[in-house]
Amino acid sequence: MSSSGVPDLPAPLANLKIQYTKIFINNEWHNSVSGKKFPVFNPATEEKLCEVEEGDMADVDKAVKAARQAFQIGSPWRTMDASERGRLLCRLADLIERDRLLLATLESMNAGKVFANSYLMDLGGCIKTLRYCAGWADKIQGRTIPIDGNFFTYTRHEPIGVCGQIIPWNFPLILVIWKIGPALSCGNTVILKPAEQTPLTALHVASLIKEAGFPPGVVNIVPGYGPTAGAAISSHMDIDKVAFTGSTEVGKMIKEAAGKSNLKRVALELGGKSPCIVFADADLDSAVESAHQGVFFHQGQICTAASRLFVEESIYDEFVRKSVERVKKYVLGNPLTPGVNHGPQIDKEQYDKILDLIESGKKEGAKLECGGGPWGNKGYFIQPTVFSNVTDEMRIAKEEIFGPVQQIMKFKSLDDVIKRANNTFYGLAAGIFTNDIDKALTVSSALQAGTVRVNCYGVGSAQIPFGGFKMSGNGREMGEYGLYEYTEVKTVTMKISQKNS
Amino acid sequence: IFINNEWHESKSGKKFATYNPSTVEKICEVEEGDKPDVDKAVEAAQAAFQRGSPWRRMDALSRGQLLHQLADLMERDRTVLATLETMDTGKPFLHAFFIDLEGCIKTLRYFAGWADKIQGRTIPTDDNVVCFTRHEPVGVCGAITPWNFPLLMLVWKLAPALCCGNTVVVKPAEQTPLTALYLGSLIKEVGFPPGVVNIVTGFGPTVGAAISSHPQIDKIAFTGSTEVGKLVKEAASRSNLKRVTLELGGKNPCIVCADADLDLAVECAHQGVFFNQGQCCTAASRVFVEEQIYAEFVRRSVEYTKKRPVGDPFDARTEQGPQIDQKQFDKILDLIESGKKEGAKLECGGSAMEDRGLFIKPTVFSEVTDNMRIAKEEIFGPVQPILKFKNIEEVIKRANSTEYGLTAAVFTKNLDKALKLASALESGTVWINCYNAIYAQAPFGGFKMSGNGRELGEYALSEYTEVKTVTIKLDDKNH
Repeated sequence: MSSSGVPDLPAPLANLKIQYTKIFINNEWHNSVSGKKFPVFNPATEEKLCEVEEGDMADVDKAVKAARQAFQIGSPWRTMDASERGRLLCRLADLIERDRLLLATLESMNAGKVFANSYLMDLGGCIKTLRYCAGWADKIQGRTIPIDGNFFTYTRHEPIGVCGQIIPWNFPLILVIWKIGPALSCGNTVILKPAEQTPLTALHVASLIKEAGFPPGVVNIVPGYGPTAGAAISSHMDIDKVAFTGSTEVGKMIKEAAGKSNLKRVALELGGKSPCIVFADADLDSAVESAHQGVFFHQGQICTAASRLFVEESIYDEFVRKSVERVKKYVLGNPLTPGVNHGPQIDKEQYDKILDLIESGKKEGAKLECGGGPWGNKGYFIQPTVFSNVTDEMRIAKEEIFGPVQQIMKFKSLDDVIKRANNTFYGLAAGIFTNDIDKALTVSSALQAGTVRVNCYGVGSAQIPFGGFKMSGNGREMGEYGLYEYTEVKTVTMKISQKNS
Repeated sequence: IFINNEWHESKSGKKFATYNPSTVEKICEVEEGDKPDVDKAVEAAQAAFQRGSPWRRMDALSRGQLLHQLADLMERDRTVLATLETMDTGKPFLHAFFIDLEGCIKTLRYFAGWADKIQGRTIPTDDNVVCFTRHEPVGVCGAITPWNFPLLMLVWKLAPALCCGNTVVVKPAEQTPLTALYLGSLIKEVGFPPGVVNIVTGFGPTVGAAISSHPQIDKIAFTGSTEVGKLVKEAASRSNLKRVTLELGGKNPCIVCADADLDLAVECAHQGVFFNQGQCCTAASRVFVEEQIYAEFVRRSVEYTKKRPVGDPFDARTEQGPQIDQKQFDKILDLIESGKKEGAKLECGGSAMEDRGLFIKPTVFSEVTDNMRIAKEEIFGPVQPILKFKNIEEVIKRANSTEYGLTAAVFTKNLDKALKLASALESGTVWINCYNAIYAQAPFGGFKMSGNGRELGEYALSEYTEVKTVTIKLDDKNH
């Protein structure tokens, strides 16, 4: 390990055996109530990896009962010292660190993620985030409050209760941690449904939950499909909160179902069409690299993808040239192979959608600078693609592509680019590249985005809140702010004979 | 002497002895630091605190990880540390192992969690500006720790100081330097950068004074007597206005109402005053018992006290070991004599154990009145003064009529009484139906002359950060 704490990259685990394919309830492994299973694939090879028990409403019901039981007043989980909850989360982090190589290999195989990224970034993020959340457990503090009258008043920041959590396939493992970390830190119990494309790392983590010593029922994992298991969670009358990360389209359905059923609390992390604004005074090479990583990371399958790149007129041509040069450095192939730095898209549905949007770009008059089509005979590979001369009305400038496609657009004036950047229902992230302090501060205040980065781009970090303006989501994850999503405030007021300040 | 992760001899070449108070035998000799050694340590701590240093550039989360790892090593070496602490202080081994070490480990882990959660604010001020605060480390922090809980009091300072990114120069008490030095070896083993923690063993008037007056130390934290605390604060002001936190003495009231659970109150009051040989800043050294239950309370307390096993701290049955040294021993016996002379009723104990050096019999006085020395002065020994009261308003006045204000305890089942007393008592901590309930998560410190500032809990962080406000003017032309 280097002195900065970043580990050296080992080789992926050879002969990985997939051990956990069942539904995890009460620290036990269950078959689905229906008896059904569903297949799980490797998107690089299109081969089936295994079959996993398919959860549906009946399994969700079972899980809810277990989670509700574990949440009862007087239960081991409710009576546990908050600091001990934190210790358990630390232990889980240690176990994930122990199994880092296995989890990174599994994640790459199942999600098509380049192995170096799985091992260094996804697993690194998991471990750090768990340790961050562990630290909050015994620091979730209410207040004593000086109200009018002869009263002693205080607030308790209680756990909400049973939390349903539905996560996607782009960061399967780290999103498990982003969801269970704060939820458990605050004392909730959880039912998590991983994406049907990528359930395997979540199920391995389930085994570690048991090994770490969490009481039964605190964490339950029900793999299955959206319209069945996902819908069952959103509409369940005994789930107190649902947290969803995925598309805006599905997010709307979840919020509707939550409203229609029992007004469960809702947190949503949805899509984006995030702008990156590059001013003429920016460090050009740095901006090119950041904007590039911002849209091509993990084959473009990131909610924060910098998919509208606004470049100031005077540096536009140079910027395009450098961006195209940068794209040529990609080596496509099996993500477990050393040297490969661009993997497959997750499945046929995404693959088809991306290719369709690429075609629309060509048809609607954008200039195809490089890429523009599929790659290879097997697996859902798409060539990294750059379009220039993109205008705001084109589909590639309006719709979330979720693929390795970069749109480079031109702008003249600051006020104009702010308007254009904000002209979308999305509002997740934004990037600004400039050396001018005033521009940096003015533009970052003006952009309607939950996360704004200046002279850099990238995914989140445990300490800082992350979430969307407008239709990119509701609420914030991570940071201290993330705690509010997982606590329910109770105000207690006691009559006293005489209050004194 | 531990400076820059290395072991040094004193500049003067002098050493001093540390003793085992049970056997009154010398354990070993320790390097005796003085001003030149403090200067060296401060230089190292300053270098470690420079902008661009490994410590200043480290991710906050990683600082927290180092504290977690230090906790892991303390857990690994728990038995060694507890044994060393027992040898050096005379406290019962089981207490050192289960209470002192437990507190150390939990406190380290608690503050490890805060490291990357020390947050400034962005603030909506008037005018066309962007305004935010940074919660920066204060800088080089001096820590002077006492002999009653040597390791625990050190961790109470190190944990928040390091969590917030400071560097530290520690002076452990001259009576009990050994566990602090062992901790130095663990700090090196964990991998804190050199100069982040430095330990200079020596005496108060030399090393302690050098730290209090040092112009390049930015803050000092002292736990000890109120008398010395005043000297520290004076020296801090006179030199460079270094920030000061003080955890000092107490003459803590323990109020037992007639409706209390009597056995619980007796047990808590007993442990509250006798724990650690009475050598606690939180000692329940004024027990106020409501008239109706007074006689019964005294009777049960005496019964309890007579059973208190005094002896070899390494014997598992021992609850009480020796006092720390001759000076304390003499002072306690003097106060006991004053109790007898001034007319308190000696119920049991009242003298030294015949056959051994620094052991004192657990002593109970009843019929104590407010003007007796044993009711006014901090005894810091195994002596329980029990006083009588008639009503709540009276006992509040009497409990508060002291310059101290560290802790208070209340025993009652009545909700209104509990809440009333909790707000009326002038103490930094109020315990209701419990005693010595101290946790890393909750702030601890004194009102009035029992101290300045708070240790533990989120509140401790403010003592170890310096707030910087940054205001950036925006260009009026653009708006």
